[in-house]
Amino acid sequence: MDVRHLPEFAFEHRMPIWWGTVFFMVIEGSAFLMTFTAYAYLASQNPDWPLSRVLPNPWIGSVLLAWLLISEVPNMWVKRRIKRCELNPTRIGMAVMSLVGLIAVGLRFFEFRYINVRWDSNAFGSMIWALIFLHTTHILVDVAETLVMTAMSFLSPLTGRRYVDLSENAEYWDFVVLTWVPVYLAIYWIPRWMAQ
Amino acid sequence: MKDADPPLYDTDVPAGELAGRLSAAWSDSPGFRGWLSSVDHKSIARRYLITASVFLLLGGILSLMIRVQLSAPNRRWLSPDAYNQIFTMHGTTMMFLFAVPVMEAVAVFIVPLMVGSRIIAFPRLNAFSYWVYLFGGIMVWVAFFLNIGPDAGWFSYPPLAGPEYGAGKRSDFWAQLITFTEISALAVSVEIIVTVFKFRAPGMSLQRIPIFVWAMLVTSFCIIFAMPSIVVCSSMLIADRLVGTHFFNPAEGGDALLWQHLFWFFGHPEVYIIFLPAVGMASTIIETGARRGIVGYPLAVISIVSIGFLSFGLWVHHMFATGLPRVGNSLFTASSMAIAIPTGAQLFCWIATCWGRRVRLTTPVLFVAAFFLTFLSGGLTGVMLASVPFDQQATDSYFIVGHIHYVLLGGAVAPLLGAFYYWFPKFSGRHLSEYWGRWHVVLYVIGVNLAFAPMLALGVRGMTRRIYTYPDHAGWGALNFAATLGAGIIAMSFLVFTVNILRSLRQPRNAGDNPWDAGTLEWASSSPPPVYNFAYIPVIISRTPLWDGADAIGQVTGLQVQRKEVIVTRGLDAVPDLRDPVPTPTLWPFVAALATTAMLIGSIFKPSALVWGSIPVAVGMIGWLYPRRGKNT
Repeated sequence: MDVRHLPEFAFEHRMPIWWGTVFFMVIEGSAFLMTFTAYAYLASQNPDWPLSRVLPNPWIGSVLLAWLLISEVPNMWVKRRIKRCELNPTRIGMAVMSLVGLIAVGLRFFEFRYINVRWDSNAFGSMIWALIFLHTTHILVDVAETLVMTAMSFLSPLTGRRYVDLSENAEYWDFVVLTWVPVYLAIYWIPRWMAQ
Repeated sequence: MKDADPPLYDTDVPAGELAGRLSAAWSDSPGFRGWLSSVDHKSIARRYLITASVFLLLGGILSLMIRVQLSAPNRRWLSPDAYNQIFTMHGTTMMFLFAVPVMEAVAVFIVPLMVGSRIIAFPRLNAFSYWVYLFGGIMVWVAFFLNIGPDAGWFSYPPLAGPEYGAGKRSDFWAQLITFTEISALAVSVEIIVTVFKFRAPGMSLQRIPIFVWAMLVTSFCIIFAMPSIVVCSSMLIADRLVGTHFFNPAEGGDALLWQHLFWFFGHPEVYIIFLPAVGMASTIIETGARRGIVGYPLAVISIVSIGFLSFGLWVHHMFATGLPRVGNSLFTASSMAIAIPTGAQLFCWIATCWGRRVRLTTPVLFVAAFFLTFLSGGLTGVMLASVPFDQQATDSYFIVGHIHYVLLGGAVAPLLGAFYYWFPKFSGRHLSEYWGRWHVVLYVIGVNLAFAPMLALGVRGMTRRIYTYPDHAGWGALNFAATLGAGIIAMSFLVFTVNILRSLRQPRNAGDNPWDAGTLEWASSSPPPVYNFAYIPVIISRTPLWDGADAIGQVTGLQVQRKEVIVTRGLDAVPDLRDPVPTPTLWPFVAALATTAMLIGSIFKPSALVWGSIPVAVGMIGWLYPRRGKNT
């Protein structure tokens, strides 16, 4: 069986790295799920949940949600360019996504001021901060990775396999965006609905 | 190599030169730096095995200290405080630093060979996971020697382990050790799953995957779904202790039982994370011993998968005494008993495989027999404990201690020892002595039963676990003495084992490629295998290709020889799909693991270390992943 004709790279499920990324997302997704479970458990154990009278103010969180959802437009675009191995559009797209990511990080740090409950006030505050901490680590990791990969795409010649790395990075951003939706609801709206 | 060099394929070089050229491309650099940089799955697995054995020795010494202390009433040799640290370190070491890593170590060595691959998926991640495991283990043992070892038991319940009752840094070291071992175990799981999905030899479709590989695949999935739960709860515990959160503090809306739910949602699958690899090992040994592929292969695979699934529905049986609703308890009783069904199916597959065959009674087979004998009694105590009324009586008694040890030493360690004898020729190129192996089995079986059967009786007689001494009039002295004697015999059996290994390592490497006349692919390589595993990646047409005759195994050609290259195959039918350049050895995973260690230990003393400590970690990761001209990441 001769394999010299086989290609050296492909995209998505044909590549081991795609599976690696998927399973790391499964692991992190499970961590989110267990945190939500803990949240639901504590909420079920406390009739007066949320325990605080002043609840997190949702406006920056909502802006961030909108920003992350909008960021999917350039992200989808750059993903397509990456998969076609188009050098210049890929570079431009990566630069745009770096900027998008940095603004998201900025919004997140601004958002901390509007949580209105400290992690050491009560179990509700602890849960809220656990969720936002978990999500913040994801944003930071992906933005740092995007910045490095953007630099890489400008500094070194992009061979085929580098495009695969860039495409994994773009897919990880989908995960960051998707996970914010339930975390956002759990931080800002579920407590309001429960308080009523 | 320079990029401009024209590719040189294996078909372009004379057969006599191929091995030399592959060695040149695949070998690690010489010297200490080369050793630190290795990404070869066999080197990493050997380090894992040796490290896990050292932790087994340390954990074993602690168990002997416990047994000496309890061998007679009113002994004051160990103080209550020292005793707390010792039993906590014993459990923690055995569960997190020995049992899970040693199973993974065997898999890291064997799975790539068994599926006919030259590598484990993500070899640099594999190196990183080993270093993180090593550093985590060293951290907690140094803490223990400095009298800041964890002391709240291996499952570290709050409020005992929380900020109010667990003063000092002891439980912080425990919680952070969990982080180290989780990072390591999760990384290895992803490597194994992707190896099985994407690096199987051409022809190894789903129905030709060896049972051990199935077992490791299911185990890895269990790890992926179970361990995030303990990542979450150990992080919550350390946050409660270090930054004043209230996850487990009922006074501020937290709940101590939340810990138990999260811990056991991990902790019960954990038992199967240790048991399922052992099932795979036993199946492999039985197949070779009976020289027949396992009878009822689909049933055996389905039973392994169902054990994996069911293991997630049992956790509440660790919490029957916490006053949960009765309906819930009944449900978990049912599921706890239900898991006996696939386990039973598996046993029948083994019996059917041996039926009518003249099974060769080698040491590995004898260890599997020892596994049947002891695991049956251990497993049956589990069926007893699944019943709520019995569990209410036995909770926190020595019956539980007897049960867990029967299950783990009978159900996991016995097949593991068998597997060690079985694969030792592959690890080292040498045989272990059958004579000393038989002594090892006999002493082990006597020791295990003498140590743990009395504990079951002691539990029924009311002796509670985790007491550092007991009064004379309790009447527990004789049984405890017997248990201590049993522990001594187990220790002797391991002494015999050590002597056996040391004697063997002085012999020449003359085991031969396939000393057991086995059917799976790891034996198609030399013993020990060359760094590139297979000069030609095999192409197979059955589940036991080595029994198909010399011509039945085909060869993959057309891979380059001046750089490391493998093939990626399709997930379901294992048809070759891509040629994949393999990452070169590098120091960066070691550096990244050091940085991670600094960050995690720093955070015990100053939570802000998580922030500034992440910078060196990021540098390590970038160095690791950044592409270099002419090299592959």
